[in-house]
Amino acid sequence: MNQIEISSILQYVSTGISVGAIYALVALGFNIIYNVTEIINFAQGEFGVWGGLLLVMLIKSLGFPLFICFFIAVFAVSLLGALIYWLSIAPLQKPSILTKIIATIAISIILKGLAMFIWGKDPYALKPFVEGPPVQFAGAFIQTQTFWILGITLTMVLVLTFFYNSTVTGKAMRACADDSEAAGLVGISTTRMVLVSFALSAALGAVGGAIITPMTLMEYDRGSMLAIKGFSAAILGGLGSFNGAVAAGFILGLLEAFATGFISSSYKDAITLILLLTIIFWRPQGLFNRKAR
Amino acid sequence: MAHSMHNRAIFGVILFAMIIAILPWLFKLSSATAYYTDVMVFVAIHSIIAAGLSLLLGYAGQISLGQAAFYGVGAYVSGILTTKLGISPWNAMIAGMVLAALLAYLVGVPALRLKGHYLAMATLGFGMIAYIFFNEFLALTGGPSGFGGIPHLSIFGLPLNSTLSFYYFAWTLAIIVLVISLNIIDSRPGRALRAIHDSERAAAAMGIDLSRAKTQVFLVSGVFGALAGSLYAHFVSYINPPPFDVFFSVKVLMMVTIGGIGSIWGAYVGAALLNFLPEWLTFLEDFDVLAYGFILLIIVMFSPSGLVGLFVKITEKLKTSTGSE
Repeated sequence: MNQIEISSILQYVSTGISVGAIYALVALGFNIIYNVTEIINFAQGEFGVWGGLLLVMLIKSLGFPLFICFFIAVFAVSLLGALIYWLSIAPLQKPSILTKIIATIAISIILKGLAMFIWGKDPYALKPFVEGPPVQFAGAFIQTQTFWILGITLTMVLVLTFFYNSTVTGKAMRACADDSEAAGLVGISTTRMVLVSFALSAALGAVGGAIITPMTLMEYDRGSMLAIKGFSAAILGGLGSFNGAVAAGFILGLLEAFATGFISSSYKDAITLILLLTIIFWRPQGLFNRKAR
Repeated sequence: MAHSMHNRAIFGVILFAMIIAILPWLFKLSSATAYYTDVMVFVAIHSIIAAGLSLLLGYAGQISLGQAAFYGVGAYVSGILTTKLGISPWNAMIAGMVLAALLAYLVGVPALRLKGHYLAMATLGFGMIAYIFFNEFLALTGGPSGFGGIPHLSIFGLPLNSTLSFYYFAWTLAIIVLVISLNIIDSRPGRALRAIHDSERAAAAMGIDLSRAKTQVFLVSGVFGALAGSLYAHFVSYINPPPFDVFFSVKVLMMVTIGGIGSIWGAYVGAALLNFLPEWLTFLEDFDVLAYGFILLIIVMFSPSGLVGLFVKITEKLKTSTGSE
């Protein structure tokens, strides 16, 4: 009896970590754009969908090794992110918050529609990145993909930290986030930094979508749920905070996995969403921030 | 000035009501357009919910992605109370609107204290929760397959069981909602709301209680949504979850934005457009979504005040060009 409980708890933890990883990546994507522009990009979830579906298509049609297809897919989605900014957000004339929100909603509808046009409505499966039997540990079966998801997510966090702390572009982006006018005065092109932030944020979303597809399949209309879960993580961690986003992503994933295990899978989405509303109600500055925004 | 504007608005509403009154008879002239009366019933229902969002967007500068939830609350409360408890349709309709107002209050009060995107996300989350509830709470909602047998509304003992009678009934309500909305815009709180839209700080400095004014208009939008949902339930007499999903909330947003933010008339234009476009663009099938996305983006980019704004701009240009000659 005890043995069964430990094994099922381990099982929930491994599911929670893999689901939480993508929430963390989507939340980071929200923060990257928000910090530079104060835009909440409602199309954030679509980048995940495109990353996953593009990877499946590239593997099927090109037959290249997985990791090459992975890089092509992520790169293509990051170009898509930049293109979206360049074509639709940058040309907006003195946009209000309202206009920006509606523009990103329009983009999410277009990306979803295009995904349905290209890939149809059926979900797509993908083989795990390295095939092999699940690892058995204390009676729980942990899929090898879980380790890939965790490893790639942590790598992305490290790369992002390095980018922001040690590269000129990264430092310039931080300057824009702090004070875009002052950054402009010292010769940083805000427009370019926003373009980079869209590309980077799209790339992160694409990575998230690509690594999760072997475990959860991927279909054209997964975007809005991904977006709101990622946004919940971003709010939970404190909007704008990178460490908070990662921690909150995993917390949310674990919470959902345990809710599925102990309560019911049909209400797992509702639980996250109720948590989102509760956080907005009680602590809109997030769990880890002391000061209100 | 203000007085003459008011007269123009009254004239506009009367003219609009007259056109609505004769439309079914015009549709009857051709067999190809006979079913347009049916479509127009949905235009009336969607105009009511869109008018609510238009007030919120245009006059409070706030966005909601959860209007479908209020629509669903109205429909399900009407359906459940009439079929399971035998309560009269009118009382059920009122109960739905009260519940919607209560929910709007619970969601709106915390979110409206924060920046614009918090209400957007909070209402998106609320809409998703409501949709999960409609699907999963089998005992009350019948789950994914829904339930039928919702009675028709009746007035003075006359059941509204034909499309034509319901058309006149729904449009009467839609026009009442239009008049109420135009009055809200012209009222003291309405002017306060426009001040919010122009500049939150300036409005606050003038002593306007921002979150109270925003919450009030959000409540009104929820009540309009529930009224529309209740009409839907009594017209179709069968409900299941899909019409109340998040995409419907997005569609309501499209109606208001494409029609024109800042004008209640825009909500009616947008509701008509989004109901007739699928009839005219049937070759697009499911991809009509893609067309809507592009239309929405083009409107936001090139004419943020929507089709009504475009119309006003064009007529003004024509006026000045003829005036200068």
